[in-house]
Amino acid sequence: MTSLLYLLGGILLVAGAVFLLSGGIGLVRMPDAYNRIQAGTKATTLGTLLTLAGVACLRPDWALKLLLIGLFLLFTNPLSSQVLARAAHRVGVKQAPQTVIDRLEEDLGEKP
Amino acid sequence: MTANSETQPRARRIAVMFATLLLFWVMLMGRVTADVLIVGVMVSLAIALLFPSGLSFFTEFRATPKAFAAGIRYYGLFFKELVKSNLKLAAIVLSPSLPIKPGIVKVRTRLKSRMGRLMLANSISLTPGTLTVEMEGEWLYVHWVSVGSTDVEGATAEIVAGFERYLEVIYG
Repeated sequence: MTSLLYLLGGILLVAGAVFLLSGGIGLVRMPDAYNRIQAGTKATTLGTLLTLAGVACLRPDWALKLLLIGLFLLFTNPLSSQVLARAAHRVGVKQAPQTVIDRLEEDLGEKP
Repeated sequence: MTANSETQPRARRIAVMFATLLLFWVMLMGRVTADVLIVGVMVSLAIALLFPSGLSFFTEFRATPKAFAAGIRYYGLFFKELVKSNLKLAAIVLSPSLPIKPGIVKVRTRLKSRMGRLMLANSISLTPGTLTVEMEGEWLYVHWVSVGSTDVEGATAEIVAGFERYLEVIYG
């Protein structure tokens, strides 16, 4: 039973690390600030959650606290990236040339 | 503040805030003993009385069996979408041509409560290639890595509809 939990924990830790790696690569490869925030948010959320789940398998007595950390992460991570994206847009950070549409800019232009 | 939160009595909001804070405190301490409870009750009560209009996890939660069922279904959908978005983003990031088509689209939500809108914006930020940039009343401006449709109706159907169905039942 214990060895099975250890195996599961290891698998979860590796999966989390893989997602975190993909997030890191995304940060480097994406063309502009907004796309980088996207890559950063999603990959780190799932990656960290999987890592926490892996740790919970290795140390079951920490499970409750890890669950709490996961919950806070789930709530604060998207919030912080939303605020970052909004701040970037407000100070006028340029978007990548591939960008097809910007409704927010259009609507801001209409207002006096 | 929306009309919904105004109609909720102050005492109920304080009670909900107090219960949520105490729950988190007990979870954080990991044991239920007299000293833990005394400190927890004192601090939770003080915070709940000082910030009665703050948002907490169960603010505006409709405590009905239907809402609980929708909550479970919502989290099921949420985690499915989270995994899907990660796989999709990993595929985009790892492919040599970097096939993105970014843009900011405008979507509309039917949700009225503050907590419902917060959860919706958070869910959008964590699911396939979308990130909430700005919120203005019922309008949400969403950054989309690969834009599917640029008009309001099409984008709303693709981004918002799935979550809204459940959040409407949970928070209104």
